[in-house]
Amino acid sequence: MGNLFKIAVRNLRRYKRRTLLTASLVMIGVIFVLLYISVSGSFKNMMVGQITDSMLGHLEVHRKGYLASIDNLPLNLNLRPQAFKKLADILNKQPEVEAFSPRIKFGGIFSTFVETTAIRLNGVYPDQEFKTIPLLTSRIIRGQRTLNRGEILIPDLLARGMKVNVGDTIVIVATNKDGSVNGKQFKVSGVLESVTGPGGRDGYIHLEDAMETLRMEEMEISEVAIRLKHFGQLHAFSEKLEGLLAGEINKEGKPIFEVHTWEKLSPFYNIARMIDVMSFFVKLMLIAVVLISIMNVMIMAVYERIREIGTIAAIGTLPGKILSMFLVEGFCLGAMGAVAGNILGIIIILILNRIGITFDFGMQKGLVLSATIAPGDVLIISLIVILISVIASLQPAFKASRMEPIKALRHV
Amino acid sequence: MGLIVAENISKDYQVGEVTVRALKGVSFEIEPASFVSFVGPSGSGKTTLLNLIGCLDKPTEGSLMVAGTDVFHLDRKKAAAFRGNNIGFIFQDFNLIPILTVFENIEYPLLMVQNVSPEDRKKRVTTLLDAVGMIEQKDKFPDQISGGQKQRVAIARALVTNPKLVLADEPTANLDHKTAYLVIELMKRMRDEFHTTFIFSTHDQKIVGEAEIIYALEDGEIAGKQAKGGKKNG
Repeated sequence: MGNLFKIAVRNLRRYKRRTLLTASLVMIGVIFVLLYISVSGSFKNMMVGQITDSMLGHLEVHRKGYLASIDNLPLNLNLRPQAFKKLADILNKQPEVEAFSPRIKFGGIFSTFVETTAIRLNGVYPDQEFKTIPLLTSRIIRGQRTLNRGEILIPDLLARGMKVNVGDTIVIVATNKDGSVNGKQFKVSGVLESVTGPGGRDGYIHLEDAMETLRMEEMEISEVAIRLKHFGQLHAFSEKLEGLLAGEINKEGKPIFEVHTWEKLSPFYNIARMIDVMSFFVKLMLIAVVLISIMNVMIMAVYERIREIGTIAAIGTLPGKILSMFLVEGFCLGAMGAVAGNILGIIIILILNRIGITFDFGMQKGLVLSATIAPGDVLIISLIVILISVIASLQPAFKASRMEPIKALRHV
Repeated sequence: MGLIVAENISKDYQVGEVTVRALKGVSFEIEPASFVSFVGPSGSGKTTLLNLIGCLDKPTEGSLMVAGTDVFHLDRKKAAAFRGNNIGFIFQDFNLIPILTVFENIEYPLLMVQNVSPEDRKKRVTTLLDAVGMIEQKDKFPDQISGGQKQRVAIARALVTNPKLVLADEPTANLDHKTAYLVIELMKRMRDEFHTTFIFSTHDQKIVGEAEIIYALEDGEIAGKQAKGGKKNG
């Protein structure tokens, strides 16, 4: 085998310029794919991180049917206290769970005594909420990074629109599930950066204040946000939790809970899917580039070496060995392009990170792109390039191996 | 029994819609360790005959036994293996592999055809390099040596597998007269040293004289046979 590689490398060196051009083409393809995957992947991961760590959590549990009406924030579809207790007991026993946070979500009227507007609110236990969505505190752009009883965190857009500052007093008016209207006064303790996505423009109050505003005698939870220790366990844990909660049924024999990962809760998931689809098509383009360029070179190599093929066939080289010689040549060409492309691609990614490219996403300005590429991706791209190089060499190699030595020797 | 036994072999080629008979019922027998030449003008069938003996082509009719094997029934793979183990080739244009050094060119059949061990390869290649007087040039590439030297390397490559038979189609056609004689002398010396049968074709009358058995071909038929030194009678 080593001799096949030696001959392949010597043959590639014979046509240095052509080999370099083809390897460069493969290398450029690999670089572009690496850059695209690293940049788009980092963008995707950053956005997913923003969405899960500053708004949604990794997954959420609702009462069955809540999600279908989530835009209305229906109070009559909240979890009953016993149901929440069961859920909390189960979650407390799961080693995968880092933290979870119960929320009471409701819509209300935000009044400055001069003007009013609509607001969506989350009643939370601050400690649990900050553990479950750790980036929430970093979204507090003005005011204190805590939330006490009687205080409210309001979104920046609303603060600017209503000309409200930290320390101002406002009133929240809300209708409870029985239809009665209640109001409660709050002090603005902080202003939240508005972010794109569900819950990105919601306000936050203490859960007990939410209960008071809604005149709830018992805690009725709209949703429970869950953070896992490892994001990679998301789907496995979601399935596990669904299994654990499947046995919890109501009086009608129907399931009480529904479990949703962030993917079902955020429209960004479709963008993330789109990025994955685009990555797939970029890989397809790389395959086309490698296939055409390597096949072209190998066809030329066979054509130019017909007499040599005739000679080695005449002196007894078996057709299989001739086939292997050209396949190994294609392999070496692809491997050369892949290795060079990977090295240069990684260097460019490091340079990009050193420069620090910023971009805007919705209301968020100046997000710093941190391009990363997983070793698995580098390996997969390399394998694709090498495999396609060998496949591209198959037809020319097969042609060479099937050549009649007598005809090949006569070739001028 | 002879090393090569040809009985009434014919070979037809299709040229467009016309069938051309390149060999017409040729019969002959060649003994081991012979030094044989096929002579004749262009188109007389010399190359066709060598191709048939070398298992590069198959006769249309007749029977051809080479080293006890009926080559008519060999498929592509078996024919390649048979050539690799029994036949050495010397070509008019030397046909050395340009990316390999002199040493590697000679080593090639042992490496890619016969899978000989590295120690044995080195020993056999060095012996032949020495025998053909190319030991000093062993690390040179084909484009760094002369035509005569290339043919010497080609002779060494043909002999390295210890074949029963070496076929040389116009081995001196691209060499000057002096070098051509030297190459034929070398081939003869190799025959004496390794007891390998050498068969070569030529249309050079001066070179023909060096063969011990000469078959004259004309229009695809053997027009005459001449044996020198009492080895064979015509």
